[in-house]
Parts: sequence; C-alpha cells; structure tokens
Amino acid sequence: MKASRFWPWLVFALGALYFLAPLIATFIFSLRMRRDTLTFDAYISVFSDARFQATFGYSLMVGVFTIILGLLIVVPAAYFVRLRLPWLRPIMDFVTLLPLIIPPIVLVFGHIRLYNSSSWLPLTNSTLGTDLLLTCGYVVLALPYMYRAVDTGLRTIDVQTLTEAANILGAGPIRIMANVIFPNIIVAVISGAFLTFAIVIGEFTMASLLNRPAFGVYMQNVGANRAFEPSALAIISFIITWGAMGMIQLLARFAPKTAPRI
Amino acid sequence: MSNKQDPSLVVPTATGPAQAGPVFGSASGSAKAGPARGPVRRDGGIRLAEWIGVAPFLIFAVMFLLVPTLFLISSAFVDKAGHFTFQNLIDLGTERVVSAFSISIRVSAASALLGAAIGLAIALAVIRGRLPSFVRDSVMTFSGVASNFAGLPLAFAFIATVGRLGMLTIVLKLVGIDIYKMGFNILSFWGLTLTYLYFQIPLMVLIIAPAIDGLKKEWQEAAATLGASRWQFWLYVGFPVLWPNLLGTLSLLFANAFGAIATAYALTGSSLNIVPILLYAQIRGDVLQNPGLGAALALGMIVITGIANIIAIAVRTRAERWLK
Repeated sequence: MKASRFWPWLVFALGALYFLAPLIATFIFSLRMRRDTLTFDAYISVFSDARFQATFGYSLMVGVFTIILGLLIVVPAAYFVRLRLPWLRPIMDFVTLLPLIIPPIVLVFGHIRLYNSSSWLPLTNSTLGTDLLLTCGYVVLALPYMYRAVDTGLRTIDVQTLTEAANILGAGPIRIMANVIFPNIIVAVISGAFLTFAIVIGEFTMASLLNRPAFGVYMQNVGANRAFEPSALAIISFIITWGAMGMIQLLARFAPKTAPRI
Repeated sequence: MSNKQDPSLVVPTATGPAQAGPVFGSASGSAKAGPARGPVRRDGGIRLAEWIGVAPFLIFAVMFLLVPTLFLISSAFVDKAGHFTFQNLIDLGTERVVSAFSISIRVSAASALLGAAIGLAIALAVIRGRLPSFVRDSVMTFSGVASNFAGLPLAFAFIATVGRLGMLTIVLKLVGIDIYKMGFNILSFWGLTLTYLYFQIPLMVLIIAPAIDGLKKEWQEAAATLGASRWQFWLYVGFPVLWPNLLGTLSLLFANAFGAIATAYALTGSSLNIVPILLYAQIRGDVLQNPGLGAALALGMIVITGIANIIAIAVRTRAERWLK
C-alpha cells in the first residue's frame, strides 16, 4: 500500500499553524508595550507588580499544601486498596471520577453553602478556614490525577512482596509506607505533584468565589484592566505549564522498570 | 495552567506513554493486578492499619465531594420557606436560563465535534502517516502542554491574537482581510468555539493515540492480502474499531467544555450568557433572586455532564474489548 505523505504533512502543517500562531502572536503582542519598538516592558511591569508577587506566592503556598494534603490521603488509601482491600477499588474509581463529572463551579457552590458562616462548620468565618476550604477544594480537583498517578506507580512495583519482606524484617505499616513503598513510587508521586501544581497555580473559579487573593484572581483583574500585561501573563503561564509537563516527561525516564510478577 | 480544571484530563504519567491513556477505563485495566498472592499474615494490627489508612480518604471524599454535592442537589428541591417544591426546576424554564443552556450546549457540542474530528485527523497523520518519529513525539509532548493550557491565559492569548486589536487581526487587515467586517467576533459563539478548540484538539490527540496504536498492523496486512484498498480497510475495519472510542471521547470533550468557565469569563466578561457564567453571577450576587434556582442550575449542570460521562464510560468499556 503506497500512499503519498502529502496529506499527513498537510494536516500536520495546518495543525501546527493553528497551535503556534496564537503563541507567536501573543508573544509579539506582549513586546509592543512601548510604541514603535519591541521591549520586555510588559514583563517587567508584571514581575515588579507587588500584587503579582503576593498572589503568585499565595497560590504557590496553596499549591504546596494541596499536594501535601492530597498525598497524605491518597497514598495510604491507594496502597491499602491495592494490598488488602481490592473490593474497595470500584468505590475508589467512582469517587475519583466524580470531580470530572461535577464542574468545579458546582463543587465550590456546594462548599460555600455547606461551610458558610451560619453552618455547622463555619470554615468561611476566618481567613485560615477559607484557605483550608480552598485547599480542600483543590485537593478534590486534583484527586483524579493524583490517585491515578499514585495507583499507576503502585502497579509497577511488587507491593505484596515488598510489604511481606518489610513485615518479616519487623517494620510496621507506617514505616513500610514511608521507607519502602513511598521511595519506590516517588517518580509517580512527583508527576502527580507537578500536574496538581499546573492545575492549581492559575485556578480562578474557586479562589474568586471564596474571595482569596490567588494568582488566577489577579490575572483576571489584570485582564480586565490592562492591555499588554495579560499577554505577558499568558506567555508566563504557558512557560510554567510547559515546565510542569516537561518535568513529568523527564521523570518518566527515571521510573522504575520493575514489574510485579503475576 | 488550568482553571479549566477539566481539560487537564489526560496527562503523560511517569510510567511512560503506554500508561498515558485516558483517565476512564483504567478500572478494567488495573483490576487485573487485584487478587492477593500467597498466604498473607492477617493479624488484627494490620487490619486496623488498613482502615486507618483508607479512612482519611473516605472521610475527605464524603466531606468535600459527596455531601456538598448532595446538599446542593437537595436544596434545588426546597423553596425559600424551606418546604419541598419542584418550582425551582420549573423556573429553569425561564428565557434567560433556557438560552444559557442552549448556548452552552451548542458551544460544547461544536467544540467537541470539531475537536474530535481535527484531533483524529492529526493523530492519524502523525501516527499512521509515516512521518518522521520526531514529529509524533513533538506533537504528543505539545498536546500534553496545550491540553493543560486553558483558563484565563488561553483567553488572553486569543484576545492578543484575534481580538479586535490582536496581532493576527491587524496583519490580516494589512493584506486586505478584515475578519471583523466579515462577521467574526472573539466575543461570540464561534470565537468561543475557536478558543476552546485549543485544548479540545490536543485532548483528543492524547486520548485517541493509544487507540490508534491498538489498530494492529496485521489487520491492515490481512485486509490488503484479501484485496482491500486503503479506503476499504478504514471503512470496514479501522473506523468500526475506533468508533466506540471516538464516541466516548466525544462525550468527554463535551463535558469538558460544558463545565469550563474561566476562559469564557475572561473572553466575554458576562456578555455571553452561558450556564457556568450565569451560575457564577448567581453565586456572587443572586442575580436570579432565588437561591433555590441557583441550586437547580447546578443540578442541571451535573445532569448534563453526568449523562455525557456515563455515555463515555459505557462506550469505552465496550471499546476496550478490542484494544487488548
């Protein structure tokens, strides 16, 4: 079957055009802040903005806590389900699927209704409580990706044998998880963490409805009020996303190549 | 960067492209490793540990996922005085809400259909088109990034490109093509669809690539031996095998676009009346003057994305039989 490579190349070229044109156009646009010359003024303006630093720092913090909290609840659950409680698996799969079915705006609406100032657990009463609620909301958003990343990591190692061996040597469950299982799935865990970071860093809906000074809210504000800074922010965001995804791909090369004996 | 929150569905995981598959259907894929081998010591200490290990996850899921959603659904059936009512659902029939649902469904459907078709074409071209392997690699890598590039930055990029003062708009005007005079507007149905395609197409590429890889070379050789042309192969073998996957991905892309808000919000402000933006305004300031109606709106969204996802799962389960 001989077929010309013309059509595949054409499709590829048209696709490349659609996907690269906005990036190139946005980049050039972001350089045109000063009349008649190309400068990085828009980027300087963004980076020197105190609110950029504050909101980015805030989102970074929330992102770190999201990753920690997410791992603390996901790793033990995924480990024990794989090791001893396989009948829980369908429930886990269903629960981690839900955040993809329920739109984030509905989720945060539910959180606001359930944990508002007049409810049984008034989380929105204090700044710390609201931050906690936002973090929990982000953990929910990240749940499908984090659970699957960790579960995929667990699938590639021999959980049964490792656990039995550690057990025989006298290790308790916490020690097994921290010193045996976790180091073996660290690559999967870090991938999940980077993905979570990419999801959380520019998130707008939840942060905005909970009135928290997150990076996404700041970007929306800049987008509504400035001309050139938004395109600089778009380029910065693209580079951050590229960095996070690039790290995941890079890590894939270091993933353990052992597989469980079946 | 995703506020899109949903579009980030598929990602290359650490264990390489083989596992970079769709989020759905992993249930059947991973269940195989299930049953415990060999004798396992089962004393009380370990059993307690199992439950302590799983409990935080379950408690968290109940507190921040299940209960908030059920609470919201139940409040869709309660009036201001606290009595049971269907009035909120009936009130969804008002012109404003109906038009919001109509625009949302049309944008989601258009971006899903176009995204699926174009994504399939690109995936086929780079995987089966005998292009150099670096082309495939860079397309897959780029797809991973672009499918996660949504929300506000995506809107900013498209405003800077094809907005009224966007670079492309200006360049085209210099060569005599005024897209705005020709009826294009970034703040419109097609503007939004064009923007959504930026994450829909890569998502399609990522999800469908493993399925295309699953089309065995032998099938094409067998068909060729029996005298089938290239077209006949695709018509009678290729597409029938891919079909369930296509349908499943289509509903996934639909749900993906339906729940997205940040891109639309940054692009159009509140000038385009789509459901998530209406709900956003309702949560911020009770624009519908009825909290129960807000809950009903949320219920409507869950029902629509739920149906789309159920179709996706059902169809994908069927599809997996062929792609072992």
